[in-house]
Amino acid sequence: MTTVETPIGTAKTMVLNMGPQHPSTHGVLRIALELDGETVVKAVPDLGYLHTGIEKSCEDKTYSQAITLTDRMDYLNPLGNNLVYCLAVEKLLGLEVPKRAQYVRVMLVELQRISSHLVWLGTHAIDLGAMSVFLYCFREREEILKIFELFAGQRMMTSYFRIGGLALEPPAGWRAAIDKFLKMMPSRVDDYETLLTKNRIWMGRTQGIGYISTEDAVALSMTGPTLRASGLAYDNRKLFPYSSYEEFEFDVPTRTDSDCFGRYMVRVAEMRESLKIVRQAFDKIADQGPIRSEAPGIVPPAREKMKTEMEALIYHFKIFTEGFAPPPGEAFVAVESPRGELGCFVASDGSAKPLRVHFRSPSFINLQALPKLTEGQLISDVVACIGTIDIVLGEVDR
Amino acid sequence: MSENTSQNANFVVEHLRAWNGRAVAEVIEFRGETTIVVPRELLRETAARCREDQELQYNLLTDATCVDRYPMEPRFEVNYHLVSIPRRDRLRLKTKLSGSDPVVDTLAPVWPGAGWLEREIFDLFGIQFTGHPDLRRILLPDDWEGHPLRRDYPTQGFRDVPSTYIPAFRKPTV
Repeated sequence: MTTVETPIGTAKTMVLNMGPQHPSTHGVLRIALELDGETVVKAVPDLGYLHTGIEKSCEDKTYSQAITLTDRMDYLNPLGNNLVYCLAVEKLLGLEVPKRAQYVRVMLVELQRISSHLVWLGTHAIDLGAMSVFLYCFREREEILKIFELFAGQRMMTSYFRIGGLALEPPAGWRAAIDKFLKMMPSRVDDYETLLTKNRIWMGRTQGIGYISTEDAVALSMTGPTLRASGLAYDNRKLFPYSSYEEFEFDVPTRTDSDCFGRYMVRVAEMRESLKIVRQAFDKIADQGPIRSEAPGIVPPAREKMKTEMEALIYHFKIFTEGFAPPPGEAFVAVESPRGELGCFVASDGSAKPLRVHFRSPSFINLQALPKLTEGQLISDVVACIGTIDIVLGEVDR
Repeated sequence: MSENTSQNANFVVEHLRAWNGRAVAEVIEFRGETTIVVPRELLRETAARCREDQELQYNLLTDATCVDRYPMEPRFEVNYHLVSIPRRDRLRLKTKLSGSDPVVDTLAPVWPGAGWLEREIFDLFGIQFTGHPDLRRILLPDDWEGHPLRRDYPTQGFRDVPSTYIPAFRKPTV
């Protein structure tokens, strides 16, 4: 959060302050816009209103305690944040996670992607004046949140993934819940497309708006649907598979129109691909099997073991009081979050608390392209551009 | 898998060594990740080489971050994470900076995306990037004192807090 060097209005231009309480900024983003009539000459984003120092707080926690903090960054993708942090610490430890836990992780993260895209679609449509889509999107998102509640006991701040596996055994009745969702969802995605894709107003508000070329997008480090809509199929699930993604069959949707409409189409197509992955994971997950790796001193022992074995009780006590110490070193893991490449960098100095935890948050870096997208466009299109970058301010500011 | 990674790392290291023998000060292999420690004065040239070279093709800068190893010296390590999309490869460039002179060349001319990443490092660690087009604080207010992600900055901050809860911290004189 800095005082933006507000461009000084000349006789021709005026400066308009947008945000931080503007509804279309999806949080607290402030933009100083220099306008010539209705055309944006210069846009200067101003961040930091939601800065909570999560990276600093992580340094003061043990490795497993920090998981709850990661939930609170990108609050539309808490499971994805859990996943990237757990993967980074597991890489640091050299820990293998059982296949069953990996598949459950994939399934839930893909459901999370759908729910995040639903929030994006609903709010973006409302920004551009299509009220009803919002209601439909949130109706379906509710179903996904119910599934999360079933698994983790929480709708949003799940903290369901733990270092070495999962927090809990998948609950009774999870198959029925997911099966019901998978049967319902495909036709609902068609419904959104019926409402929007060929809608003249929607096309007018999105086509040709917020153009960014592939070269510019890569140079500005953009990732995720924004980059894929510019024609480059960069997806961590395909390029650098993690959590057994290499065993799943899915396509990476790309578009070449590089505008707001292209980004919309990519996200809608991604929802369909995610449904495919959820279905495959659903079939792959065995009914029985371990959900946590066997790593005494790192992964908490099962409850039953603690009641019968002395060792297990001691490990349990030690893990939750002093934590565990990974070997000194650094690890960087990147996953594909709904917004792009979500990376986690963990540095260990051999003690029980991380030396440094850094999150490469896709919203923060994609937002950097906002001036590039908006300059020269009309002021009403700024709203469309912010919307299609799909920022979550909790993650931008961390 | 790990064999491939190390072969690949060798290729990258040899390639950079052939270009400039001084560019690779140290190579760290840990958990299948390759880190090349680059001397500070060669950082920008090496990064530009990584991007432009037809055989390396590190076209995407995904992340830049800093680690403070206080009280060790040199205390700061600035890490740049590069991705080569055509070659499906990742690389970390690291440069070490001393606490008394935390200055390094910016990579913004090589990847414009480095702009905000370096502003964040400047804001939270106080590293100066020479030649940066817009080096201002990004997350904290302009008038904030100090750089909170440094290890000698207490997590609770320097504010007066009841001593019954948190031990009193004294602001360092430096």
